[in-house]
Amino acid sequence: MKIDRRSFLGLGLGAAAGVTLSPMPWKLTDDSSIWSQNWPWTPVPIDGEVTFDDTVCTLCPGNCGISVKKVNGRAIKIEGKKGYPVNDGGICLHGISGLQYLYDPSRVRFPMVKNGDTWKQVSWDEAASLVAGKIKELKDKGMADSVACVAGSDKGSIAGLYKRFITSVGSQNFYTVDTMEKTWEMLIERVHGLNASAAFDLAKSDYIISFGTGFIEGWGSPVNNFLANSSRKERHAKLVQVEYRLSNTAASADIWLPAKPGTEASLALGICSAMISANLYNAAFAQSAGKDFEAFAKFVNEKYDPELVSRTTGVDAAKIKAVAAEFAKAKSPLAIAGRGKGESAGSLMEFAAVHALNCLTGNINKEGGFWTIEQQDSLTWPSVVMDDSATKSYAKPPVGAVTSVIDSGASGAGIFSAVVSAVSGGATDSGQKVLSSVSKLFEVINASEKSPVELLMVYNSNPCFTLRNAKVVKDAVNKIPFVVSFSPYMDDTAQLADVILPTHTSLEMTQDVYSGACIAQNVIALSKSVAVPVYDTKHPGDAIISLAKATEGSVASNFTWKTYSECLESIMGDNFATLSEEGYIASELAPPVTPLSVDFSLFAAFKDSISLEGDAKSYPLTLVPIDTIRLASSTLASPPFAVKTVEDTVLFEKDTLVEINPETADKVGVDDGDYAVITTSVGEAKVRIHLFDGIMPGIIAIPEGLGHSTGAKGEIITKDGSPMAGITGATSIITQTGGVSKNRGQLENLYIGGKGVNVNELIGPVMDPASGLDAAWGIRARISRA
Amino acid sequence: MSELEKKTESGSVDAAKDGASSEQKAEGDSGVGMGILFFIAAFAVCFLSGWLLFPSLLYSKKEQPFNFNHALHVAETGGCESCHSFREDGTFAGVPKNSSCIECHESQLGETEDEAIFMTEYVEKGKEVPWLIYSKQPDCVFFSHAAHVTGAKMDCVTCHGNIGESTTMKPYQENRITGYSRDIWGENIWGVKKNPWDRMKMDDCAKCHQEETGSKGACFQCHK
Repeated sequence: MKIDRRSFLGLGLGAAAGVTLSPMPWKLTDDSSIWSQNWPWTPVPIDGEVTFDDTVCTLCPGNCGISVKKVNGRAIKIEGKKGYPVNDGGICLHGISGLQYLYDPSRVRFPMVKNGDTWKQVSWDEAASLVAGKIKELKDKGMADSVACVAGSDKGSIAGLYKRFITSVGSQNFYTVDTMEKTWEMLIERVHGLNASAAFDLAKSDYIISFGTGFIEGWGSPVNNFLANSSRKERHAKLVQVEYRLSNTAASADIWLPAKPGTEASLALGICSAMISANLYNAAFAQSAGKDFEAFAKFVNEKYDPELVSRTTGVDAAKIKAVAAEFAKAKSPLAIAGRGKGESAGSLMEFAAVHALNCLTGNINKEGGFWTIEQQDSLTWPSVVMDDSATKSYAKPPVGAVTSVIDSGASGAGIFSAVVSAVSGGATDSGQKVLSSVSKLFEVINASEKSPVELLMVYNSNPCFTLRNAKVVKDAVNKIPFVVSFSPYMDDTAQLADVILPTHTSLEMTQDVYSGACIAQNVIALSKSVAVPVYDTKHPGDAIISLAKATEGSVASNFTWKTYSECLESIMGDNFATLSEEGYIASELAPPVTPLSVDFSLFAAFKDSISLEGDAKSYPLTLVPIDTIRLASSTLASPPFAVKTVEDTVLFEKDTLVEINPETADKVGVDDGDYAVITTSVGEAKVRIHLFDGIMPGIIAIPEGLGHSTGAKGEIITKDGSPMAGITGATSIITQTGGVSKNRGQLENLYIGGKGVNVNELIGPVMDPASGLDAAWGIRARISRA
Repeated sequence: MSELEKKTESGSVDAAKDGASSEQKAEGDSGVGMGILFFIAAFAVCFLSGWLLFPSLLYSKKEQPFNFNHALHVAETGGCESCHSFREDGTFAGVPKNSSCIECHESQLGETEDEAIFMTEYVEKGKEVPWLIYSKQPDCVFFSHAAHVTGAKMDCVTCHGNIGESTTMKPYQENRITGYSRDIWGENIWGVKKNPWDRMKMDDCAKCHQEETGSKGACFQCHK
């Protein structure tokens, strides 16, 4: 018997036939197709019960109501909440992308201490005792006033806790980042003598003149404005946009008045003049409620005659008169101010010029008009107890104290002392008028040889990105011996910190939320935690309470609550139960009934608009920031989804594009798509050119919200002593040439970090003499081909 | 004429040469025989392993966390839907969560070891029971219980069989390639089925849809 070729043939054929007649090949074909259609490594969302949790979006001051869709308890989608007073089911692109903030690659995963060039993971207790130790040391030396805090706003219980902490330590150095809301509040205080916030009944107004606001580009409460704007046609309401650039708002408006930049206030006064001279104003109101109306009428007639105004603004006098007539004839006319998103304070006198229009129509505290809403201070804080050293230090004025030149005198203590007494909880109400500016704070630090601030706490703000002249702010922060960041992200400021105590993101925590953003309704809401914290972070309220406890002494005795929730429940009083059940408390949709007086003398004090920094000879052009709804330009950076929607005329690959009129481009010698260098007295940046006919010649417009830094420098060492690079993905980025990029920082948000130019590195702050706040709206600049 | 032809025509001229030729023939025969033998042997081995060995290699057997007595629970609660309920929004909840179980099992009700495991390992520890689901379709398949049970008023038994009468849970056989239960393809490896619930492949869905609705349905109805 010999095994030959035929045997093998037999074997092969036999095996093939055997296998074919068995179920094996057929079953395997089926299984492999199922396998390949359901790759085991492809993540599949877990199926389960779908539930909705209602809460409030706190990404911007708009505070829309949102419904968070969950599957099996895990948040998967954010939708606008139907029936909510602010947004009634609407939502913006940032709100809808809110979940991305939970998993942002730049999130700080645990408390960290900077150790030379590296970051070291520490426990919460270690971090708190380190910071508390520094504070105690300063307090013992009698330098408690050198402890400062910069917070996003002073609204709500969390900001209240941070303020209370700073006060307890013995410092007045608590700063908020000023927005247009503050300027409106100051204006109301001076013109109407009221301690109130401004609100605009936009949805009911039938004629809105917007002076450079980004009405549908993020100004005020964005979604609320979208709703008001989209119902405009049905309501036969008109929108007039005063702007030097064809923005989305200007494009959507019925009338576009392209006034030269910086002449908006003159145009407003020009319209006032036209109204008064044609007797189109509400004379009854001006007589009954107005003070010094005659002086104002004389002032505008002499200096702001439409013909004169036409020359300065570039807007035709006939058009000014026509708009004045339409505005006066409208049932509920409304004039609004606050450039772009209104994220910077702006010029008080410019706001005053615009508000003069509202005062002339008398459409104040009426349907569709300008409202003065009582400030909602429903929190009852126990009074602050200070020991001797704290009391002594507290007597010193804040580092960033500013004074305002114009004072109508009638206002008395007004808003400023109200701020102070809220801080001190009534304990040290000296009646002293204190107004401080965060820009001034950093300016003073930079100007001093040794920083007057020894320890800076940064909560819910990113001053190194959002403040004008960001480079100077960074230098100042670097000069401060000890910086503590409470940021959930490795943002531009957190990178420069010595300690990061990472806090929860908005979806991970509960907090009280107060409507603002000039909404014509008071809404107090409880934003609830809808997601389990992703990392080893703490509630910002709990973080400051535990820090106070670690500081011991009188500071700790002012923080007797065990947790933030206990604190919130006790200081909210009766509202807490209602809010826990209902989610929000909304006031009636009716104008306030506050009796009103108008002091026209302030309007008559208008001199000039805020002038731009830089001399016209070296810097022949005007650089202005532009706001787009797609890019967040405040404390939070835009989420990846939003960045994806940015047009490539704004951001192309990693370059910012600036808008420039073809005529100006010709003169400068640049063309569409060219690289160019913008130089201002503050800094310079390389950008690309976008030719745009819709912008006035002589102006360069640059988008805000870009140019975030590229993460922390240095390695992050975890508790077990190993570097964290593996999980951040930031230091192991493969470059296009195949090498490993060493330039990238840790915890970088690659979706926004390192893209474009930060406007604030080109524009410096300009202090408004009338308010003491930053009123820069641009800067003089030159541009040349790179 | 070639030499070979001459030889054939003229008959044998050389006995020795003849002998050699018949030997060659015998050798050829045995080669074919061996071929057939190998064929049969390989056929038998592959055929039998395809039928007998392959299924046991393809599936791994897993035990459920503990035994569950459906018959007992049906008798106590009255029917499938007391536990396998529809949510308020109309969606099917599938295997109940602990929260439903503890509506009755707040504390141990019986004396079985299985219930003791449930109470100590899951309820007390606040952990959901990781049941292995026999009827779980692949992720690429969408199936709505609401459409079939609530909409078309079908009985659970029509597709799931008499699970409600079982007192024990059979071992869960997981397909090592796909990761899904054997029950989808069916116990019979050739795919032969006697009852509707013996197999739940696409053709089975299509067959029933053809009979009941007159159409097999469109792809996207199940493959979203």
